[in-house]
Amino acid sequence: MNTRLSAITLNTFREAVRDRVLYNLIIFVLLLVASAPLFSQISIGMQRLILVNVGLSSISLFGVIIAIFIGIGLVSKEIEKRTLYTILSRPVRRWEFIAGKYFGLMMTLAVNAGLMTLGFYIALFITQGVLKPADAWMLVSIYFSVLEFLMMTAITLLFSSFSSPIFAAIFSFALFVIGTFADDLRNFAALAQGVTKWLATGAAYAVPNFASLNVISRVAHDQHIAGKLILYNTAYALLYSAAVVIAAILIFERRNLK
Amino acid sequence: MHAIEIDNLTKSYPVGFWKKQFRPALKGLSLRVERGETFGFIGPNGAGKTTTLKLLMGIIFPTAGSAHILGKDIADAEIKKKVGFLPEQPYFYDYLNPSELLDYYASLSGVSATERKKRIPELLERVGLADSARKQLRKFSKGMLQRVGIAQAIIHDPEVIFLDEPMSGLDPIGRHEIREMIQGLKDAGKTIFFSTHILSDAEALCDRVAVVHKGELRGIGVMSELRSSTGGKTEVIWEGSGAVPRVAQLLMDSHVTGELVRATVASENLDTLLARLREHQGRLISVTPLHGTLEQYFLSRTSEPEAARV
Repeated sequence: MNTRLSAITLNTFREAVRDRVLYNLIIFVLLLVASAPLFSQISIGMQRLILVNVGLSSISLFGVIIAIFIGIGLVSKEIEKRTLYTILSRPVRRWEFIAGKYFGLMMTLAVNAGLMTLGFYIALFITQGVLKPADAWMLVSIYFSVLEFLMMTAITLLFSSFSSPIFAAIFSFALFVIGTFADDLRNFAALAQGVTKWLATGAAYAVPNFASLNVISRVAHDQHIAGKLILYNTAYALLYSAAVVIAAILIFERRNLK
Repeated sequence: MHAIEIDNLTKSYPVGFWKKQFRPALKGLSLRVERGETFGFIGPNGAGKTTTLKLLMGIIFPTAGSAHILGKDIADAEIKKKVGFLPEQPYFYDYLNPSELLDYYASLSGVSATERKKRIPELLERVGLADSARKQLRKFSKGMLQRVGIAQAIIHDPEVIFLDEPMSGLDPIGRHEIREMIQGLKDAGKTIFFSTHILSDAEALCDRVAVVHKGELRGIGVMSELRSSTGGKTEVIWEGSGAVPRVAQLLMDSHVTGELVRATVASENLDTLLARLREHQGRLISVTPLHGTLEQYFLSRTSEPEAARV
């Protein structure tokens, strides 16, 4: 990684770490995971299932919230506060700025996911009294959540590169919801006819497929995840994110910053 | 090679939702700035000063025309290693302290880690912020932020420095401090291009000034010539109104208050006037060469109809 790219990445990470809202979210998730054993008292014998569902869903959901919450301001805040002027007056290429912002937020999300995972396994250990080999499958679900963050960060960055934070938040969240039901959209496309089929198929492939990244209930029931799915999801998330980040760069490269 | 060459630089913004029209913000600006020169870019608010600086820094793109800094096109990012920029009313990452901020900017400008370690404390000392090196920028006053702004603009030791309204919004002490810093850069041989609408700042610091108004260049003046642009007039004050009829033909104008006479004379007639005053017992009080002011020049340029008058 070149010096400028790594400097922007580290500064984006540092900004997020020093943002108090981020700490609140982490504390909230840790509390949620820590309180999971309490749910077990109202559902005897279901402790592990509830903890895994609540824990893994929290890691995924809060990661996405952080991705949207920070991502929407990544570019627009720099323009609004004119900090970008002092960046672009240096030998920084516009693509380096966008890529640096992307990697910086991904670094933040990866560190968050790491902390949440630690909290989750501590809660699991407290509930079970021991960690079983089957519990390692939950790492796959967390890994898929990180892939989801890769895509969500790219999407929010894309919207942030040309619209206001409010619109970027609305667009990103809408796309997240649609992406969560991507399988249903594909099923609909398969059943539709004529132009509707054509449009629905196009939309189904354009929106991010978050449905295939959600394996929480499967790992909660100790079902194994096929290596092929891990590979497929990894390739899909990387390619999708790269395409969206490139789109963000292409928009930003031509933009007059008022 | 000039430090800055601007040729027919033009910027228009689209206005209107349905029927797009183009509103010109800068109309065919052309000028040259020599190396080591302190060049003032003056004009009222909304004249096109900030637009010009944004174009030169690659923040916005020109509609037409071109610009070169140290012989390289402004689109070439590498040239920016030799360029420093202070935006108007700058805002910096307020979660950083000045040391961290300067380290970030220096690394973006390609300064090595060893060099950064050496330069940052030196520079903070130079701009008077050594004691606040570890304080977050959100706790800084406007004057302190402006000093941080100057520091970030020169941390990589650039050859050409662009300053956008460096003194605006500062109190007299802050203005004096920034003026001293710019003078220091000038003494160090840097090329300085600074925009301002405060004429006294330009007058005190600049070698040449360009007047821009309503998006077009209205004139370029050399400060030393502007100072003598009243054509070598001298103001003479003496006591003894009785001498006035004897010297009246030498005077351009005169005001008599009791025995005190204040008169303006063409410099070539000064010696004759002084000799005659001695002859007629006029008691000399003062002899002051009159300078043209930047204000006069500025007003003459901005009040004329819009046409090329460079």
